[in-house]
Amino acid sequence: MKKGYLGIDIGSISTKGVILDENNQILESSYIWTEGNPIEAVKRLLKELQNKTKDITIYGIGTTGSARKLIGLMVDADVVKNEITAHAIGTTQFYKNARTILEIGGQDSKIILLKDGIITDYAMNTLCAAGTGSFLSSQSKRLGVEIEDFGTLALKSKNPVKIAARCTVFAESDLIHKAQVGYQKEDIIAGLCRSVVLNYLNNVGKGKKIEEPIVFQGGVSKNKGVVKYFNEILKTEVIVDPNSHLMGAIGIAIMAHQKQSKTPKNLKILDISFETKGRECEGCSNHCEILRIYKDHKFIESWGSKCGKVS
Amino acid sequence: MGDYAVPAHFLLSHIVRNKIIKPKPITTKTIEIGTKYSPEFVCTPFKYTLGTMIEGIEEGANILIQAGGGCRYGYYAELQEQILKDLGYNVKLYNLVTAGTTDIKRIYKIMKEIDPKFSILKGIYYGSITKKMIQYMDHIDHYIRANIGFEIEKGSFQKLKWQMLKDFENVKTHTKLRRLYKKYKKEFQKIKTNKPNKTIKIGIIGELYTIMEPYSNYELERTLASMNIEIKRYTDVSYLLFQKHKKIKQYLKNTSEYITYQMGADAADNIGRAKELCIEGYDGIIHIKSSFCTPEIGAMPVLTKVCADYQVPIIFFSFDINTSEVGIQTRLEAFYDMLEMRKKNEKRISRN
Repeated sequence: MKKGYLGIDIGSISTKGVILDENNQILESSYIWTEGNPIEAVKRLLKELQNKTKDITIYGIGTTGSARKLIGLMVDADVVKNEITAHAIGTTQFYKNARTILEIGGQDSKIILLKDGIITDYAMNTLCAAGTGSFLSSQSKRLGVEIEDFGTLALKSKNPVKIAARCTVFAESDLIHKAQVGYQKEDIIAGLCRSVVLNYLNNVGKGKKIEEPIVFQGGVSKNKGVVKYFNEILKTEVIVDPNSHLMGAIGIAIMAHQKQSKTPKNLKILDISFETKGRECEGCSNHCEILRIYKDHKFIESWGSKCGKVS
Repeated sequence: MGDYAVPAHFLLSHIVRNKIIKPKPITTKTIEIGTKYSPEFVCTPFKYTLGTMIEGIEEGANILIQAGGGCRYGYYAELQEQILKDLGYNVKLYNLVTAGTTDIKRIYKIMKEIDPKFSILKGIYYGSITKKMIQYMDHIDHYIRANIGFEIEKGSFQKLKWQMLKDFENVKTHTKLRRLYKKYKKEFQKIKTNKPNKTIKIGIIGELYTIMEPYSNYELERTLASMNIEIKRYTDVSYLLFQKHKKIKQYLKNTSEYITYQMGADAADNIGRAKELCIEGYDGIIHIKSSFCTPEIGAMPVLTKVCADYQVPIIFFSFDINTSEVGIQTRLEAFYDMLEMRKKNEKRISRN
């Protein structure tokens, strides 16, 4: 029996899982769509990982990503950490001297600056999803192109169109206009990839000193078009790891490993029912949204009360 | 705003005979009402105060007193009065501050209008007690902020503070107030804490309303305290009313390499404070403001530069009525992790 450490990164669009060994090397990994249901997604993810790994016992679990708290409760995680820290720790495992991490995910994008493996500064997009993966995927549907083919198509373009990059709403109407005046599909797609890069550098990367080596990750890093324009605009080569989409999960698995738990984990949660029920509290005029979490039909925790008197 | 309703109520209830209605604590409903009747892109303090006013009127208030100035807040009273009139409320709104300054003669006239029997001696007497009360409150708050993150029994600081405010409401003389202050100061110091020698220290700077009203900054100080962080903040009513005019000159002098003039509201003060925090060895700075706050937006690039020069991390938050709490939590958590990692590696970096 080998010892393994499980990291789960539950993002808005995709759910990632990795199992690391004692030396923090990847034993198994899995990448599936969240499809708006993190609980079901994690169950599917664990089933997949379990089928692949028969002779591994899990000694530590970590969760990160936007559903980290809920899933952390569900799988009884040792570490529940935000995705910024997880990404930094995962990346420095493979690129010890990385200075800049560019990360574009489904709903958010961030930039992390490092020195000697320590985060020195970071920024994350606010309010708006402009220039993130979800915008690219919604536009790919509109153009009738599979998101997986997006990058290859973009590389074919010789004449990328200029697209208003500030805001998704403007970008979309600009896009429709460009399509209606007869631009080639690949030129429009290339323009879109370019606008994602410009938007990222103007919003998230604003005022940050981007120094080499630069590591680019998150789901969008799989898009060759976006990588090309990052290289072109930053006038350097950004590093894209083959596992760039898994870095968050790897980072959190490393942190779970550091906890040095002695007892093996039970992953039988597949058969356990897990649900949350929301209600609005009428106790005062705050009307807090109270979330009650039930595991196996038993109430275990509640979130959201401002006064702390209601559960 | 925050706990300052206590001294405000204390002062007014002693100098005029009118019935004083205490504003209700700000809740989701307050901000919903405020937002409904405010221009969309006005800054959030406008929405909060308008909501509070309407809630006060529904409770029976027919005279409202507003005090503000320094930035576009100076025009809010007139605008809010017009909105209230358009809504059909028949109320009188007095603004104590005009064109950014307080004119004693004008205030006297206003007080006479509110209560014709208003006596100037009584006004001065209770005014001076109120001033002291605010200063005492702010002193205690400074102590609480630096220690509340490390209390052993959760909630003990808050409980004692409520008790103190309740006692403050009933004082009549300077002597009584001073005795109470001394008594509570001792009791606060008696509260057991487990503060380690090396804690993470964060300074909070930014726009004054958002800093002082915990509801509008999503209880930032409480969240930081729960992460065992020592907090320092400069802005309080004592500062704004009694220290600002002296301090601002000092700040401008100290930061002459960055700025030459004031930029409205507390923008220049915050730049001065940021430099001070950097020099004093604080681990990080959090800058908060309500969305669309113009003076602070002007200060942000300068603050970035100050912090880059001293290599102290700074993080900016803009609070609006629709801010997602989860988003704040994620960023704060990451900020904390970063500071902790830096602290652990401080020695290693300084050696390089």
